[in-house]
Amino acid sequence: MNDVARISVATTTREVDSTAASRVKLAARNLQFYYGDFHAVKNIHLDIPEKKVTALIGPSGCGKSTLLRIFNRIYSLYPKLRAEGEVLLDGQNILDPKFPMNRLRSKVGMVFQKPVPFPMTIYENVAYGIRHHERIGKADMDVRVEQALRQAALWDEAKDKLKQSALGLSGGQQQRLCIARAVALRPDVILLDEPTSALDPISTSKIEQLIEELKQDYTIAIVTHNMQQAARVSDYTAFMYLGELIEHDATATIFSRPSKQQTEDYITGRFG
Amino acid sequence: MSASLYTWRKLKNVVALTLSIAAAIFGLLWLVWILWTTITKGLGSLNTDLFTMMTPPPNEPGGLLNAIFGSVVISLLAIVLGTPIGIAAGTYLAEYANKHWLGETIRFVNDILLSAPSIVLGLFIYTVMVAQMGHWSAWAGAVALAFIALPVIVRTTDEMLRLVPQQMREAALSLGVPQWKVTTQVLLRSALPGVVTGVLLALARISGETAPLLFTAFNNQFWSTDLNQPMANLPMVIYQYAMSPYDSWNSLAWAGAFLVTVMVLLLSLLARTLLLRNKVTHE
Amino acid sequence: MNTAALPLAASASDLRTARDARADRLFRWLLTAAGLFVLASLVGAALSMLWGGREALQEFGLGFFTSTEWNVGARKFGALVPIYGTLVSASIAMIIAVPVSFGIALFLTEVAPTWMRGPVGMAIELLAGIPSIIYGMWGLFVLAPQLSEHVYPWLDENLGQIPGIGVLFAGPPLGIGMLTAGLVLAIMVIPFVSSVMREVFLTVPGRLKESAYALGSTRWEVMWDIVLPYTRSAVIGGVFLGLGRALGETMAVTFVIGNAYAISAALLEPGTSIAATIANEFAEATDPLHRGSLLLLGFTLFLLTFIVLAIARLMLRQLAKREGN
Repeated sequence: MNDVARISVATTTREVDSTAASRVKLAARNLQFYYGDFHAVKNIHLDIPEKKVTALIGPSGCGKSTLLRIFNRIYSLYPKLRAEGEVLLDGQNILDPKFPMNRLRSKVGMVFQKPVPFPMTIYENVAYGIRHHERIGKADMDVRVEQALRQAALWDEAKDKLKQSALGLSGGQQQRLCIARAVALRPDVILLDEPTSALDPISTSKIEQLIEELKQDYTIAIVTHNMQQAARVSDYTAFMYLGELIEHDATATIFSRPSKQQTEDYITGRFG
Repeated sequence: MSASLYTWRKLKNVVALTLSIAAAIFGLLWLVWILWTTITKGLGSLNTDLFTMMTPPPNEPGGLLNAIFGSVVISLLAIVLGTPIGIAAGTYLAEYANKHWLGETIRFVNDILLSAPSIVLGLFIYTVMVAQMGHWSAWAGAVALAFIALPVIVRTTDEMLRLVPQQMREAALSLGVPQWKVTTQVLLRSALPGVVTGVLLALARISGETAPLLFTAFNNQFWSTDLNQPMANLPMVIYQYAMSPYDSWNSLAWAGAFLVTVMVLLLSLLARTLLLRNKVTHE
Repeated sequence: MNTAALPLAASASDLRTARDARADRLFRWLLTAAGLFVLASLVGAALSMLWGGREALQEFGLGFFTSTEWNVGARKFGALVPIYGTLVSASIAMIIAVPVSFGIALFLTEVAPTWMRGPVGMAIELLAGIPSIIYGMWGLFVLAPQLSEHVYPWLDENLGQIPGIGVLFAGPPLGIGMLTAGLVLAIMVIPFVSSVMREVFLTVPGRLKESAYALGSTRWEVMWDIVLPYTRSAVIGGVFLGLGRALGETMAVTFVIGNAYAISAALLEPGTSIAATIANEFAEATDPLHRGSLLLLGFTLFLLTFIVLAIARLMLRQLAKREGN
């Protein structure tokens, strides 16, 4: 990629408002991750600022998804996977076995690459998580479901179909339903693992607009293999390679004046 | 390439393909013949008495009411006994022991049970129930049939649950919902049509089984609702009446055979249509 | 921090975590018990028959399996005749069923037009669902008379005179007997074996076959040289599966095998099988030694089918592993 192209990428990113010093919401300290004996993620030291969008980018296999999945301990489902080090959520280490899982999962939500609506009505999909954590009456639940669907920009399309099966929605709608499901619990952090890679361009841009709105209320970390998407939606970007964090900075900086050669090589497409 | 070699290869090809058509016709021929026999002989013996009268002594008018009742009761009881354990074991295999050595062992054993001769299971229940109780009983028959239904349900549940995408598990767990709720409220619900298919197939299978009942529920000439005593059932009545020299009994046997065949085929078709419909929605 | 967003007070949520963990443990324990129950069933079945037959084993020892005597009055029992009958009837069944099943699988995967494959395949599978007692009745009342009138006399006159194999076809054309039993078993087994073969043939990667066609192979050559070798272990597995079924089949055989306690080289002669013997005699066996002998016979059948089915499964798994299932 030549200088002309590089400038055009830079102008599509937004300058981070650096006057508001952002609190650190989620911080990884000396974080390691192993698949059995394989050291997949090494020595991660990363701050994720509150109510901003942080993108994790890097080539396939660099560990960005693995890192994201440490943040809600979804890896504990699998016996051969383990993490060492610390991940601090508001100062508390969530990797500590004593940190209650329910509290973690209600504060950190996740949306996956493939839209996976539950085999229930649209209403039930959104209410499902809430029901487990809270005891609220029908009227309150209706309000919560509507709030969540509005936040996911799905209310207008879904409000007449609430009692219909979620499986009848289109791919893009299903993914927004998954987002609604996650925000229904009013978490602090939302983790997005390549949320648009299975969707068409129109749905993708709808979701990118959504992310722009969601960051007013939630801290967002998004893994994407699409660099242009990272440049469009994120405030901060972290570049990973072979399990290590190479560079982490404001998005505009990463895409116009990266400090590491490897970052520049990736951005300019010298390797993918 | 020499022309004669090519001709020889072409000839082999034609012969082989023709033989394969012959094989298919051979197979279908038997099916048609057996079904034809069952339908014609069975329909010929069908009348309303079948459903209103009890199994009679030879050469007297009668029906199959007690046998039909007994079959329905024993089969349903077997399904009630076998389904919960089958679904539980299948869930264990798919969710907790998948790719684990214990899971593989249980799957192996389940496959053996699935194809094992049903007479073996009948003898098993004979020694543990009938010999201990000192008499035949419908309970024993139901338990024996439950053991035949069990591996079918285990296998279908296991396979259907494994089809549910992994991301659905992760998505539900990410909401903080505990494993047991995820498994019952989301995963099994997603696999439900497949699981129901398994139950239907199991029911179809046990509806026609005779050998296990030989040693457990045996047979009963009269109407009985006592589960603790031998109970009449269609397969045993068919067996007894068909092997006898009496025409009236033979005729009743064909009527019974017809009923059993229709029942089994309907259940199988129902199960298969459900399975097809499920496959379509999952794509 | 969004404290307003925390649904429950911190301690209540933590209590719930502990409660959920306990519920999860209980759930897992219940499911494990169900899984172990399946294991226990097989072991229980084997042990119970061995236990039930212990008197016979004590009385006759291993000679039980080589003796041809079966005398209820004299209380002398031996398993050789039924074992022989089981093995012979199953062998006849497999000799007929394997080529036919292969032919059907070939037809359904290569020869039949696409619109025909579904219905015909389903029709063949319907054969598998027909209860065995129906096969038995049809065999006794319909097939056997036809065979004894039209087929067996011909066999007897023509093949029965050939020195050597002629002895196989000698004997009175009763219609019921070893050969009829083998034939009925073959028809029962064909749908199983052909459906395994068909499924397995369909797993062969298209490009493998396409490259052979591109080289000018005929369809038969692709099947014989490419598909069969690729699926060999699974095909053997399917055959063993069918064999397991043929060995253990009760009702169909009981109706048509003739229930004569005799070993004879002539296939047209009646005989008996393990399952048929048990089915015929169990209800009237009041002598505990008689009953014990029948149970020991049952254990023998169990052992035999266990070995066959275990081999079948191992062979089928081999192909599945290669596919990366």
